[in-house]
Amino acid sequence: MPAKGYATELEEIVAERSVLICCGSGGVGKTTTSAAIALAAAMSGRRTCVVTIDPARRLANALGIEGLTNTPKQIAIGTPAPASTPRERPVDVRVEAGRSASEVGGELWAMMLDTKATFDDLVRRYAGSSEQVERILANRIYKELSSALSGTQEYMAMEKLYELVEEGGYDLVVVDTPPTRNALDFLEAPSRLIRFLEHRLFRLVLMPTRMYLRAVSVATQAFVRTVSKVAGAEILDDAVTFFQAFDGMEEGFHARADRMDSLMRDPDTAFVLVTTPRPEAIDEAGWFTNRLDQYGIEIQALVANRVHPVFLPAGTDVTIDDLNGVADRLEARDAAGAKTATGADTKREGDWAARMEAAALIRNLSNYELVARRDQKAVSALGSRMSPSSVTSVPLLTEDVHDLQGLHRLAGLLAPGC
Amino acid sequence: MNFEQFVTRSRVLVVAGKGGVGKTTVTGALALAAARSGLSVLIVELEGKSGLRESFGGVGPLGYGEERLWPGQPDSPGELGAKDEPRSGGVGDDAGSRKGEVRARRITPDDALLEYLSDHGLKRISKRLVSSGALEVVSTAIPGIRDILVLGKVKQLERRVAADLILVDAPATGHAVTFLTSANGLLEAARSGPVRSQAQEVVELLSDGDRCRILLVTLPEEMPVNEIIDAAYLLEDKVGVSLGPLVVNSCLEELPGGPVDASPDGRSASIARFMAGVIDEENLPRRPLKKLSASVAQAALEAGAFQEHRRALQVEQCGRLKEELPLPQLRIPLLFDDQIRIAELAILATALTRAVSELH
Repeated sequence: MPAKGYATELEEIVAERSVLICCGSGGVGKTTTSAAIALAAAMSGRRTCVVTIDPARRLANALGIEGLTNTPKQIAIGTPAPASTPRERPVDVRVEAGRSASEVGGELWAMMLDTKATFDDLVRRYAGSSEQVERILANRIYKELSSALSGTQEYMAMEKLYELVEEGGYDLVVVDTPPTRNALDFLEAPSRLIRFLEHRLFRLVLMPTRMYLRAVSVATQAFVRTVSKVAGAEILDDAVTFFQAFDGMEEGFHARADRMDSLMRDPDTAFVLVTTPRPEAIDEAGWFTNRLDQYGIEIQALVANRVHPVFLPAGTDVTIDDLNGVADRLEARDAAGAKTATGADTKREGDWAARMEAAALIRNLSNYELVARRDQKAVSALGSRMSPSSVTSVPLLTEDVHDLQGLHRLAGLLAPGC
Repeated sequence: MNFEQFVTRSRVLVVAGKGGVGKTTVTGALALAAARSGLSVLIVELEGKSGLRESFGGVGPLGYGEERLWPGQPDSPGELGAKDEPRSGGVGDDAGSRKGEVRARRITPDDALLEYLSDHGLKRISKRLVSSGALEVVSTAIPGIRDILVLGKVKQLERRVAADLILVDAPATGHAVTFLTSANGLLEAARSGPVRSQAQEVVELLSDGDRCRILLVTLPEEMPVNEIIDAAYLLEDKVGVSLGPLVVNSCLEELPGGPVDASPDGRSASIARFMAGVIDEENLPRRPLKKLSASVAQAALEAGAFQEHRRALQVEQCGRLKEELPLPQLRIPLLFDDQIRIAELAILATALTRAVSELH
């Protein structure tokens, strides 16, 4: 249950916590959700920073963060205007006209993560000399690793988060995690990199040649031969140079990874899982919840985006079969009628066209009822292990969110009390 | 254009796009459409996911060995146990392709790496490499090597003419761009050795439009459209691939009778009258519905207006896509069904065949 005074967990997080990690699979609206939550926090008077990974161009434009600056920029957040889209069920947007963040002392800062620049900064921080920095930055494997390797982006998102929390002076830092299939990479990436840097095979490779020939096992020699045989000697040379370049930096990386791990487990850090009701998104969200459980990390709030609206008035006792039955009959009569139609019977022909339109609209309603019920079921099944106040459903909006007004509307749906 | 001509313009078609756009569904529908037009089809799945096999009525993920998905039902996974281990010489490569059949197999990077090591006389140590974690280190140190091995295997299948059409369901992880450009990246890093020649051959396959084309799948929504435009230009510039038409998935269909206005008017009354009429005449389906017909009719109009509004947004996105990416679009409908089964694949296969027949 949320702390006293808040209607939902999300409101409590927005108002009280200092770190919010938005996770979930790709394509569920994570970036937009992160930005809207950050906006809600700024509107409630907090100094907030959102780290986005890959925002849509129009959203980036709206936030004024186009281009990879890798340092937060303050966003003028203005005042929300009343909702203008025709339909945003089931929650009404609550807007307090005239209230602006500056009046309540809140600020919104935003930045777009530059993975390579963040990694470069990290190298500069822990390298022993400027010469070592240059050697690493020029290494071909480092170049690949810092821009292309899956997991690096996740690691750097965490790295940036840590830096902003430690040094940024924000009340709340919201981080959008990268859209990978294995959404847990961001938790595992720091230790994976360290495992990589410390792998005993490479420690052996780093030894002077003759000593290593004497010291290493047959398997290791076979391994080294394999790598150079299969991948070419140059790659092995690059690898050796790479590990030599990083020599002595493991300790710094280690300490930092440990501190990041503590930050993840800090009671002031909250995890918000973003999903959509689509089966594959729900499956991944469920799997993700289990994996986080194994890490001893609990998800505080679930945001379900793009939940289909319900059109039938509440309490209407009409089944999908009822609707399909009516549509079937209307269509069947049309087919039967068409066969016996005569030119003289034009009034009835006009009637048939209208009948077909009616059938199509009823069928369409039935489709929407079907998906709306399925969406509700899927979301509540996923949320069943959490308290009801942990689940926030955001209806499928008729407009994409691509400007500040859209973000304000979304913020109003996510945390109406903030 | 004739569907058979369309799909056989190159033997390999790579179906690519971001996660969630329906790549696997499109792959299944293309395979079915091609098999129905009399071709032999081999689907290569790269992630060991179960969706494809289940769409064709099977249970669980595909194995490394080839199996038939259609016609008939895939076997249960238990019966596949023996074929599941990749071994030297490419077990399961020779199940044989028959006209009018969809066959499928899984090739994950680990499968491909183990087979590669076996083929290069390193079978004995390959197990030890796995258990010591050395393979993880190698593939971390040499980014792209996994993608190269998988694509190298696809190239081998293409060379051996494993089927009339080889459909590759590209990985959802990250951008398809990374997967398809890794060969070029490795060419720069490795200046000699078997990995370089492998990368060389993969680049040759990918950049030869008579052998291989990329079919990009997207949704008619803002973010997916942006991403596919970026991906298309990157792929053309970096790899020089041939891009086939764009597949735009989940398109909403137009309702008959033009724009829908949800404000109460004569139309709502007319729908209610039709409903009441058919319920009266046929005594169908339940009496209470008749009493509610006015509010149901109103809800139907509101749902119609919602649908029309979203469809207008989709049309706008398709237009923008057309403007920024001058490639033909194959639009296939959104299905409201819960799961994609063979019946749904058949609907989409028909839609694809029709869309192809309207090309040029």
